[in-house]
Amino acid sequence: MPAAKAPAPAPLPSPKWPEWNDRRMEVILGNLLRTGVLLSAAIVLWGACIYLFRHAHEVADYRIFKGEPSDFRTIPGVIRSVIGGHGRGWIQLGLLFLIATPIARVAFSIVGFALERDRMYVAFTLIVLAILLYSLLGSGLGI
Amino acid sequence: MTILIFTAVVAIVSFVAGLLGSLTGLGGGVVLVPLLTIFFHVDIRYAIGASLVSVIATSSGAAAAYVKEGFSNIRIGMFLEIATTIGALLGAFLATRIPTSALAIIFGAVLLYSAFLSCKPRTEAQRNLPPDALATRLRLNGSFPDLEGPRHYNVQSVPTGFSLMFGAGALSGMLGIGSGAVKVLAMDQAMRIPFKVSTTTSNFMIGVTAAASAGVYLSRGYVDPGLAMPVMLGVLAGSLLGSRILVKAETKSLRLVFSVVILVLGLQMLYKGFWGNI
Repeated sequence: MPAAKAPAPAPLPSPKWPEWNDRRMEVILGNLLRTGVLLSAAIVLWGACIYLFRHAHEVADYRIFKGEPSDFRTIPGVIRSVIGGHGRGWIQLGLLFLIATPIARVAFSIVGFALERDRMYVAFTLIVLAILLYSLLGSGLGI
Repeated sequence: MTILIFTAVVAIVSFVAGLLGSLTGLGGGVVLVPLLTIFFHVDIRYAIGASLVSVIATSSGAAAAYVKEGFSNIRIGMFLEIATTIGALLGAFLATRIPTSALAIIFGAVLLYSAFLSCKPRTEAQRNLPPDALATRLRLNGSFPDLEGPRHYNVQSVPTGFSLMFGAGALSGMLGIGSGAVKVLAMDQAMRIPFKVSTTTSNFMIGVTAAASAGVYLSRGYVDPGLAMPVMLGVLAGSLLGSRILVKAETKSLRLVFSVVILVLGLQMLYKGFWGNI
């Protein structure tokens, strides 16, 4: 098929469209995710500039697993590192933002389902959010 | 290798992986871990941590583009995320306990399976299946825009799909990949969801699934900023470009090339797991 005949774009929502509310919700959530990712990529890029400016000529070695120091493993550690002006701290901050974007998406979905008065899906979404929060807080990230 | 050169080379490789992964729909993460471990001699745990982060970036970055097409089903996604996030949490805890050689072997097996799956002709889900009682109760059935107007579909075998999704989540958490291959198995083969709907919905789910294990990896010190930075930025840029040209590109031959790459990497991972030191 020639490029000019690419599939037609999705038809605009009409009264006949059964998932109109779902669809509007998805568009909002999709934009939220993209904004979150671009914001976190910008923070990571900023951290990369500082990191490369300072460490460009050192030797890269990831052969042996040592685990990261606590400054790069916990939220308070990362914040300390950012305040100290470390490039790698900024990178980790960007990565924390990145992890937060899908979680924010789940949290906003609760509002969306509540507006649709869909109790079952509000409950499902709460379960997913609880698992995500357990993973983040239960793993010792907050310490 | 100095950090500057290492960062540049890893960023370029990640960019290509993200681009090919998005064009072929096989995901970039699945080749990143073997590439980093085999060619850059990165410890598999650092590689998994970096890959997992890039999986979140790809999924969330492409979401807006996919949503516009109107194929994804937010209810199917949210319902199955219960299974994938629990699986991912379990997978991440397992990954911190089992030996790295076992991780390499499991990874190799998943790669071989992905290569096999991508060679198989795509079975278009049957039209007009009768509604399933459980799927109807869970309001999973939906419709998507087809050339001749909205097309309705009825979801099948919810328990099988849910269990397979738990497995997909566990693999994702254990190996730091999106595990698109298992998700396709669950959604295409078991639940009979139309292909376009299952791929776009699974893209939505991948980010949430990966976020469930990311906390565990970060707090265990698997995510190294110096490595995750070029991987995340490279894969994100590649996959964003890929999702822009996706509609126009002829992906059949590209899929074949990419699945051969996956096959070779899978064999290498198995070899490393069984006989090499990893």
